[in-house]
Amino acid sequence: MKKYSLELQVGLFVLVGFLCLGYLTIKLGKMELFASHGHTFEADFSSVSGLRPGAGVEICGVSVGKVTSISLLPEENGARITMNLNETVHITDDTIASIKTSGIIGDKYVSLSIGGGSALAAGGRISETEASIDLESLISKYVFGGVK
Amino acid sequence: MTITTQVWDIALEGLTAGYGPKVVLENISTVLPGGKISMVLGGSGCGKSTLLRQIIGLSAPMEGKVLLGGNDFFAMKDAEFRRMRRRMGVLFQDGALLGSLTVGENIALPLREHTHLKEAEVQEIVLHKLSLVGLAHTTALYPSQLSGGMRKRAGLARALVTDPPILLCDEPTSGLDPISAAQMDALLLEMRERFPSMTIVCVSHDMESVKAIADHVLVLHEKQVIFQGSLHNLQETTKPYLLQFLARAPMREEEQGASYPLSEATRAHMHRELELQ
Amino acid sequence: MVTVPVVAVGRASLAFVGEMGAMLIFLLLGMRHMCSSTKQLQRVLRQVHVIGAGSFFLIALIGLFTGMVLGLQGYYTLTRYGSVGMLGSAVALTLIRELGPVLTAIMVTGRAGSAMAAEIGVMRISDQIDALEVMDINPYAYLVSPRITACLFVFPLLTAVFNVVGILGGYLTGVQLLGVNQGVYFYSIESSVVFADVAGTFIKSVFFALTVVTVCCYKGFFANLRQDGMGPAAVGNATTSAVVLSCVLLLLVDYVITSVLL
Repeated sequence: MKKYSLELQVGLFVLVGFLCLGYLTIKLGKMELFASHGHTFEADFSSVSGLRPGAGVEICGVSVGKVTSISLLPEENGARITMNLNETVHITDDTIASIKTSGIIGDKYVSLSIGGGSALAAGGRISETEASIDLESLISKYVFGGVK
Repeated sequence: MTITTQVWDIALEGLTAGYGPKVVLENISTVLPGGKISMVLGGSGCGKSTLLRQIIGLSAPMEGKVLLGGNDFFAMKDAEFRRMRRRMGVLFQDGALLGSLTVGENIALPLREHTHLKEAEVQEIVLHKLSLVGLAHTTALYPSQLSGGMRKRAGLARALVTDPPILLCDEPTSGLDPISAAQMDALLLEMRERFPSMTIVCVSHDMESVKAIADHVLVLHEKQVIFQGSLHNLQETTKPYLLQFLARAPMREEEQGASYPLSEATRAHMHRELELQ
Repeated sequence: MVTVPVVAVGRASLAFVGEMGAMLIFLLLGMRHMCSSTKQLQRVLRQVHVIGAGSFFLIALIGLFTGMVLGLQGYYTLTRYGSVGMLGSAVALTLIRELGPVLTAIMVTGRAGSAMAAEIGVMRISDQIDALEVMDINPYAYLVSPRITACLFVFPLLTAVFNVVGILGGYLTGVQLLGVNQGVYFYSIESSVVFADVAGTFIKSVFFALTVVTVCCYKGFFANLRQDGMGPAAVGNATTSAVVLSCVLLLLVDYVITSVLL
C-alpha cells in the first residue's frame, strides 16, 4: 500500500508536470511536433532594417508564416530574406512583399499582397519588394525639406 | 560446518598511519592470526580505530603494508581490491545500519547488490542471519526503532550475511549494559564455533569482554604495540601500564598532567549561588 | 603587516576555486554511475518522490502568488503607458525567462536540498557511508547518482508547473480582479513567447538542477571534513552552507546562462 501510494504520487506529479511542459512548448513555444511543413520563398530588399529572423509574414493581416533567415546579397547592395509559408497559401509571381511595422514603434513584419499573375513555385523569388520605411529619415526629410 | 577452507591471516608490516598530518600509529609490525578471535586493546585515542580503518581499506597507510593472506591489500588492482573487500564483514560502532531502510532491507542489501539470488532465497538468508543474533522479529522495523544493543546485533547480522572469512568489529560491546555486552560476547564465541576458519578482529577497551573471548591480544599504547600474545601471557605480564590496564587502576600522578586546586571561598560561593547551602 | 589582508583574500580565493573543482569532480563521479544498473531506477523513483512530488504543492503555491503579484505590479506599471494589453506578455516573459527557473530552484534547494545535505551528512557521521564502501557498494552510485538523475528530471517539470501556475495567477489578478480582457491577456502571451524563451527556461532549470544537487550532496558527503564542528554540529553547518552556497551559485549560473542565451 505504501509503495502504491509512492508510485501514485510520482505518477500524478509527472503527469501534471508534463502537461505544463507540453502547454509551454507546444502552445506558447509553437514548437512544431513534426518536421516543419510548408514551402520556402525568397525576396530581395534594398534594406531590411529592423527585421529579424522569426518575424511574422502576413497576407491581408492574417499570419501565414515566418521569416527563417536574413542574409546579405553577394554584391552587397541589398538583403535577401527567406520565408517559410503555410502549405495552404499560394502566391503569384507578381506578389509584392513589403516590410511593415506594427504600430509606430512595434515589431517589423513582412506583408505580402497577392497579384493576379501565374502561381509562383515553392523556392521561387518574389521580385517586387518594398523596403522598410525608415521613420527617422522620413522625419528628417520632412523637417529639413525635400518632401515633394 | 566449514564455509571456506582458506584461513586469512592479517599481517601489518611497518605500518605508519594517522589522519591528516597527525601520526597515531608508528611503524607497527604484527600478525593477527587467522581462525582466531584477536582483540586490539588500548586507551581512548591510541589509534585502535585507525588501525581498523587501515585493515578494511577505508584509508591508506602513510607507510608500510597491510597483508591479507600474504597479499598486499593496498597494492591490489581495483577488481581484486573489491573482491578482497567482499570477503570482510565489518561491524561499526553503532551498527551503521542505513536509516532509510528497514532492518531486513539492510541485511539484504549486500545480497541484492552483489548477487542474483531470488527474492525468496534472500528472505531465507536474511531471516536465518537475523535469527542468529536473536532479532528475527525485527525485519520490518527501522533502525531508529531499535535499542543500541539491538542495532549492534543487527549490524553483526549484516556483517555476517555474506559469510565472510574475515570479521572485524569496532568496539562490539561499548555502550552496552552488562547483559547485552555478555550477549554480544556469546554471539562472537558462537560465530567462532560455527565458522572455525573465520578470522575475527575486535577493537575494544572492555577488559571483561577480552577475558571472555580473546584468543590473541594486541595492546596499543603511544603509537606502538606494547604487547602481543595470548590472553594467558597478558595476565602474567609485569609491565606497569598493562597491569594498570588490567586492574583498571587510575593513572599515576605524573602521567595525569597539571593539577589545579579549588579555593574554599570559590567553592562556598558556588554552593551559595546554586542554593546548595 | 600590510600583506595580511591580501594573503587572506588569496587564501579564500584559492579555497573557493579548490572547492569548485572538487565539486565538479564529485559531480562527474556521480554522473558516471547514473545508468550503471537497473537497480538505480527504483532509487531514482524514490528520489523523484521526495524531491519532486514532495515539492509540488509548495512550487504551485509559490508560483500562484508570484504570478498574482506580477499581475498586480505589471498592471499598475503598464496602465501608466496605456498598454495593459501587454500584461500577459509581461507576466509570461518574466516568469518563463527568469522567475520560474530561479524561484523553483531556490524553493527546491530550501526544501529538498537541505534535506539531502542533512541526510547524507548524518550518514557520513554515523559511519553509514563507510559501511556502504566496505560492503563494496559505491556510495556515489548509491547516494549521489540517483539524486542527480532525479533532479535532472524533476527541475524542468517543477519549473513548467511554476510557469503555468504563475500565468494563471497573473490571470486571476489581471483579468479577474483588475478587468484586463481575457482574450487580450492570453493573446499577448501567445504572440510574445517564442520557442527560444521556453527552451531557455528548461536549459536554465537543467543547469540549476546540477548546481543544487552537486552542492547539497557534496556538503553532506564531506561533513566529516569540516573545520567548524564535529558530529551533529558539522551536519548542521554542512546543511546551512549547502543552502547558502547553492543559492549564491544559482544566481551566478543564472547570470552566465542569461548572458549567453540573450
